[in-house]
Amino acid sequence: MWKWLHPYANPEVAYHFTNKVLPWLSALAAIFLSIGLVWALVFAPADYQQGHSFRIFYVHVPAASLSMGIYFAMAIAAFSSLVWQLKLADASAAAMAPVGAAFTAIALITGAAWGKPMWGTWWIWDARLTSELILLFLYLGVIALHNAFEDKNLAGKAAGILTLVGVVNIPIIKYSVDWWNTLHQGSTVSKLGKPSMSLDMLWPFIFSFIGFSLLVGVIICLRFRNEILARNSIRPWVRNLVQEHTTK
Amino acid sequence: MQFNSFSDFIDMGGYGFYVWLSFGATAVILTLLLISSKAGHQQIINQIAKRKQREDKLRQARALRKQQNEQQSDQQNKALNEVTE
Repeated sequence: MWKWLHPYANPEVAYHFTNKVLPWLSALAAIFLSIGLVWALVFAPADYQQGHSFRIFYVHVPAASLSMGIYFAMAIAAFSSLVWQLKLADASAAAMAPVGAAFTAIALITGAAWGKPMWGTWWIWDARLTSELILLFLYLGVIALHNAFEDKNLAGKAAGILTLVGVVNIPIIKYSVDWWNTLHQGSTVSKLGKPSMSLDMLWPFIFSFIGFSLLVGVIICLRFRNEILARNSIRPWVRNLVQEHTTK
Repeated sequence: MQFNSFSDFIDMGGYGFYVWLSFGATAVILTLLLISSKAGHQQIINQIAKRKQREDKLRQARALRKQQNEQQSDQQNKALNEVTE
């Protein structure tokens, strides 16, 4: 049943597949992001309490939930690389780390810019904010470990172990608003049952969330491609590809 | 449309600074990441090309040295043969 998956474990096939997917993914990401962001900035209604500052929500929430989602995906990749020694899983984990770090930084910055007018402070050391900051440091540690060794397999192993240890932080971030008293509001979108949001606000959110997710896909594909090349630099197919690219 | 004029849109009901700070920071970070990820492709290809050049040069040097060594030992052998004859 899973046999069709098997050829994609070959770096060369994976490289060409990524190349083929990239333009489609980029086009979709551009469409969804532009619809979502214009809708969020211009057409979505202002919140009855928060006014127009509520528009930060359309960047902050996708960025924050993607920062956790990417970490989770990276942990799965790190696990498969450690257990089954899948080289491509290692390459994909290395590709995801900088993207996750960027989205964590965005979540923190937009959160601060939203907190200042709403709570009266840029930063507060409460559970949600602190655990998200720890997530940023975990990402930076993983990136540093990936670059710390000349031998990519060794680097992947070290970074993978840190990634798996850091998974404990994900449920802490997710449930911090329920476990501890915090200024941060509880979730509005992913509540079980009906989301407590009006549809005028939910639709632009869905579009920008899908748009950001697709953009994550695009950047991860770009980086995955680079990781494959870097890890297979002595293979003949890479040598041929380099020849083609440099003689052009 | 939630705004009556462009300046209204920029002002965001008094929250303009915070809203545009958020959207601006997001745009800057993601654009930089996108550009650097895309540029990485050509960088890695150039790196591999450079490494290949270096390897080729080393291989040539090794071949040349081998040739010279062989020539030298040929000459030595010849000289030795002459002496022993």
